[in-house]
Amino acid sequence: MKAAVSITLSLILYEAVARSGWFAQALVPTLPTIARTLWAMLADGTMARHAANTLWRVFAGLALAAVTGLVLGFLMARYRPVERFFMPLVSALMPIPSLAWAPVFILWFGLGNTATVLVVFYAASFPMVINTWTGARAVNPLWLRAAGAMGASGASMFWKVVVPGASPFIITGLRLAFQRAWIAVVGAEMLAASDFGLGWVIFDAKEFLNADIMLASLAVIGAIGYAFERLVFGSLERGTVLRWGMVRTAKA
Amino acid sequence: MIEVKNVTLEYGTSEGKVLAVDNASFSAKESEFLCLVGPSGCGKTTLLNMIAGFFPPTQGEIRVHGQAVNGQGLDRGIVFQDFAQLFPWRTALGNVAFGLEMKGVAKSERERIALEQLRLVKLEKFAGSFPHHLSGGMQQRVAIARALAYNPGVLLMDEPFAALDALTRDEMQRLLAEVWRATRKTVIYVTHNVAEAVYLADRVIVMTPHPGRIRAEVPVRLPRPRDPLSVEFLEHQKMLLRHLTQKEEGPS
Ligand SMILES: Nc1ncnc2c1ncn2[C@@H]1O[C@H](COP(=O)(O)OP(=O)(O)OP(=O)(O)O)[C@@H](O)[C@H]1O
Ligand SMILES: [Mg+2]
Repeated sequence: MKAAVSITLSLILYEAVARSGWFAQALVPTLPTIARTLWAMLADGTMARHAANTLWRVFAGLALAAVTGLVLGFLMARYRPVERFFMPLVSALMPIPSLAWAPVFILWFGLGNTATVLVVFYAASFPMVINTWTGARAVNPLWLRAAGAMGASGASMFWKVVVPGASPFIITGLRLAFQRAWIAVVGAEMLAASDFGLGWVIFDAKEFLNADIMLASLAVIGAIGYAFERLVFGSLERGTVLRWGMVRTAKA
Repeated sequence: MIEVKNVTLEYGTSEGKVLAVDNASFSAKESEFLCLVGPSGCGKTTLLNMIAGFFPPTQGEIRVHGQAVNGQGLDRGIVFQDFAQLFPWRTALGNVAFGLEMKGVAKSERERIALEQLRLVKLEKFAGSFPHHLSGGMQQRVAIARALAYNPGVLLMDEPFAALDALTRDEMQRLLAEVWRATRKTVIYVTHNVAEAVYLADRVIVMTPHPGRIRAEVPVRLPRPRDPLSVEFLEHQKMLLRHLTQKEEGPS
């Protein structure tokens, strides 16, 4: 409801600017023009193919990042030597923008999916590592003691206490990782993809001054990102940590 | 049977060593309700944690059922003061069933036993509730049921009702007295509330302030259920208070 209001207002504002005549129509197309282009691209299936390619790259990179981040984060929280070895690396690599790696990856692996997926992986790994590492260390020691007194140890302690105990941090980590991945994939596609992908469409459309195609693709990028953020991660949170009272909803 | 023999514990801190428990000895018979009373900081929690097996004494020995304590064990259940001891991601039933799950008891069987334990603390109606939907008193009752569910011979309790309001605390003491009569566990109960000790205990161990030594053992031979307003009850209370407030005698 609230979301619909803020989005509608922004669209009306855009339309007013587009129709004001301050800018060339070709550069700032009106909403109906963008909608027609979008519809045409949806109808002939090109948009779906672009989106599918982009989603595939995001999920490949994100899955790799999630597995790496979880494993490394838990190991760093558990073993001091692991923490001491990896923490300086994480601190040194984290500030490098993932897109800055794109040319390097292209040089090593050529244009195409490998370079794009690696950029996504790079972008998504750090929030996953940092959040898992912090979450595992923030597990209430009382839970560990109580579980230990009830016979939990090793694997059962890890899966039944440490993982759920760290889940508010892990879910936030996943959420941030997806955001970073989604931003990174579009940029990486502009540089590294040789055909298909939402980022590639935008870059390609620039050559022909097709502002309507660019904006239609941006709308799809926004819509997919929004859907994941609200629907997937929102319901993941509602089904777990919110339901358990480990995090709370903000007061009205 | 619990034997604490000449137990001493020194904490090593950055400012040097802190003597928390100094040469404490006492024992609890099978099915005895023992209260450990002493001013704040006298080492009650430290002593209880050693009996639980969270860390070993610096000197001395602790035996439970004839066996030297070496780490945590399923022969001892423990209840802490902090409500946060329950696992927020498990329902009341799931919390109570945790120890049985660790023991490898089949799902239907452990749920049956867990429900029975919840009935004992009068919470069977809340079996499906998550801890954050329960009041503090209810959460502590779940914690008691959880510590009893895997049927340990010994129940260790560290001021479980100290954070509750006075009315709820009275109700919980009555309930605990009933639970103890029904289960006949050996209980070591830490408190700094003298009336609570007289209400619950067969025998009260009085500790001196820092460093914790055993000052006196006071048997309470009043019939149950006890009447906190009776003359004998008040006399016991006075006697305990005298022990607690008496000045430290010189080294003997
Ligand atoms: N982990 C620790 N490291 C260093 N000193 C500690 C530690 N835990 C407790 N102490 C010290 O040991 C002494 C006994 O502490 P303990 O917690 O056992 O007291 P207590 O009798 O349970 O007090 P309270 O009634 O306030 O719970 C205190 O002086 C405390 O400062
Ligand atoms: Mg204490």
